[in-house]
Amino acid sequence: MNLDFTPEQEMLRKSVAEFLTKACPMEIIKDIEDSDKGFDPKIWKKMTELGWMELYYPETYGGYGDPFLNVVIIMEEMGKAALPSPYFATVVQCGIILLEGATEAQKKAMLPKIAGGELILTLAQCDESGSYRETGINMPAEVSGDNYVLNGKKMFVMEANIANKIIVAARVKDAGITLFLVDAKAPGLTITKMPTIGMDNCCEVIFNNVSVPKTELIGKPGEGWKILEKMFPRATIAKCAEMSGGCKETIDMTSKYAKQRVQYDKPIGGFQAIQHYMSNMYLGYETCCNYLYEVCSLMEDGDDVALKVHALKAKFNQQFKFITERGVQIHGGVGTTREFNMGVFYRKAAAAEYIMGDTNYHYEMLAAGL
Amino acid sequence: MDFKFTKEQELLRDEFDEFFREEMKHAPKEWGAGGFEAIYHSDEGFAFHQLIKKKLAAKGWISRAWPKEFCGQDASIIEQMIFSMVHAYYHAPGIDSFGVTMFAPTLMVGGTEEQKAKLLPPIARGEVQYCQGWSEPDAGSDLANLRTQAIKDGDYYVINGQKTWTTGGHRADHMFLLARTDPDSTRSRGLSIFNVKMDLPGVEIRPILHMNKAHYTNDVYFKDVKVHVSELVGKENEGWNLTRQTMNFERSGIGGFISGERTVMELVEFAKTTTRDGKALWDDPLVKRNIAQLWADHQVGRSMAIRISWQQEKGGRVFSPALASASKVFGSELSQRVAYFMTDLLGQYGQISRSKWAPFEGEAPDAYQFCPAANIFAGSSEVQRNLIAWVGLGLPRFK
Repeated sequence: MNLDFTPEQEMLRKSVAEFLTKACPMEIIKDIEDSDKGFDPKIWKKMTELGWMELYYPETYGGYGDPFLNVVIIMEEMGKAALPSPYFATVVQCGIILLEGATEAQKKAMLPKIAGGELILTLAQCDESGSYRETGINMPAEVSGDNYVLNGKKMFVMEANIANKIIVAARVKDAGITLFLVDAKAPGLTITKMPTIGMDNCCEVIFNNVSVPKTELIGKPGEGWKILEKMFPRATIAKCAEMSGGCKETIDMTSKYAKQRVQYDKPIGGFQAIQHYMSNMYLGYETCCNYLYEVCSLMEDGDDVALKVHALKAKFNQQFKFITERGVQIHGGVGTTREFNMGVFYRKAAAAEYIMGDTNYHYEMLAAGL
Repeated sequence: MDFKFTKEQELLRDEFDEFFREEMKHAPKEWGAGGFEAIYHSDEGFAFHQLIKKKLAAKGWISRAWPKEFCGQDASIIEQMIFSMVHAYYHAPGIDSFGVTMFAPTLMVGGTEEQKAKLLPPIARGEVQYCQGWSEPDAGSDLANLRTQAIKDGDYYVINGQKTWTTGGHRADHMFLLARTDPDSTRSRGLSIFNVKMDLPGVEIRPILHMNKAHYTNDVYFKDVKVHVSELVGKENEGWNLTRQTMNFERSGIGGFISGERTVMELVEFAKTTTRDGKALWDDPLVKRNIAQLWADHQVGRSMAIRISWQQEKGGRVFSPALASASKVFGSELSQRVAYFMTDLLGQYGQISRSKWAPFEGEAPDAYQFCPAANIFAGSSEVQRNLIAWVGLGLPRFK
């Protein structure tokens, strides 16, 4: 047993934190939220130069072969900064999908491009129903000569408006769920960014006779869900890491505010009601944060962590919302404004619940496994 | 980062597991989930505790974590945590939590060489049973308000006053007592710690019955009780600092999460195998949801407790008391939620105490009645939250 980060990991965290603090203060985050693109290409480019993209990929594909815990560290720090970026969709979700399902040629072609920041990838999984489950994926892909033709609608596709390519999960008759690599500029594809609580790049993607060459599959026909399932644990852990960072930042920001804000001639942080709210926030964070590292570590050991991952995401869904709600309450009126930073985290908490499974979904899956 | 036990630690766990699995087959009927009530209420329960204590002592397991010089084996905190995990999983007795985990460390830090040599071996050998003399009617959460006096008179201290909430006082042969040696002092100054025999003239024990009529705690009265000066532990009037230091031993709280998770899994089994209105209780989505949430909460609590042990292991027992407070308050409130859920799930059977009609050996109503106490003893949830705010978050403390 060794529950410490290595000195290298501590250094990684420090360097990520230093960069993000300097490069994207909260004003910039709000500017990004207000923009159509919903991300900052300059920050994205800098991130690629810092080597954050490929650190987890095997050396064969130009990566460093770092443990996944290093991705967790980066995601935690991004969560503290509330940085909107396609890192999660491109590097984590699609990167893992490629590693698990793509051919050697595809990996060698795409992973270095992700590392270089030239390729933004995203995943279109959910149909219109919004289901996270295998049974929820029903959009058809029909064979037509050397192509598949996609028709239908995908919802809640993050970063589709800035992606170069989209990995689309659709159903092939007699084979099952299959992953297609679709060019974002393909004829018949309509991408529309939706207004959301996260003020993020959450899109509707409509497919009207979109033609995809048979060579542009990730994995074989019918292997789609199996590949996605291999991505779920790691991607869920990474998303939880981002939420963990958001929890930590909310607690730090709120306790700082409670020490400074004076009412009745005293800093409000000295009042027991406020202290007990904050203790509950601390409890929520400390329990979940340790579990995050435990689940990540056990996953890397090759343990079956399926149930633990469901528990982890369900808990973070609940705690991030709880912690940010209390954060707003302790901030008082200013906590409810667009100007103050507290509201950003309050909204991000709600948005993060929906990515990689909401609370109901995860508790249902967990119960099914008990 | 590595959350796995070593091969040696796994073997050790198997050894503990084998011992407790076998021994607990002989637990008295209706032992249930163990705890204070099982150990201290009935003669039968206490006899079982004493028996297991002797067996643990024979294996050297009571004092495993103690330094070699005090008949210990210098076992690591992680090994000790593994012991606690297995011990809790089997709802086992045999560890005198007051003598072993509170008074022994106090002696190691503050006792004279003579006291250590005299008092530690009987604890390690399982020959003594301690109780804790801290709380008083006007000194609960505010412990420093205590009034019991120990006034020096020649070779003796003369003790007068009252202690309360003395768990296991009626079963103990010794008490570690915190009393005021300087009658003019206030608050935390002027307090001292004594090793007091419970059979001394002037010590009177009166039971306090829990709401379910269980007898595990007591009032203890002291009337002109003469304690020899050699029983003073640490320096006179400096008992508060020593008390504060030793309050922080072994506070990971891992046991509660382990035994709680076992209960949750038993509830899953019960819900799957019990039908009402023609369908299994498990078929109710609300039941599933609640159980899943309880399972998840035990997982995260356990994880935090492991972190606390790790900090203790690394820091030579110095660690964040805020995290220990977090574990205590999270653990006791979680056990309350389990108790409430259990009584809900059992329906009308949730009201039946230990008897042939009761599912789970009547654990549900007992847990329902005991759980509020856990939010109060060993530092109430409110006090723990204050500590988290002050120590963990650095929020101001108004005078």
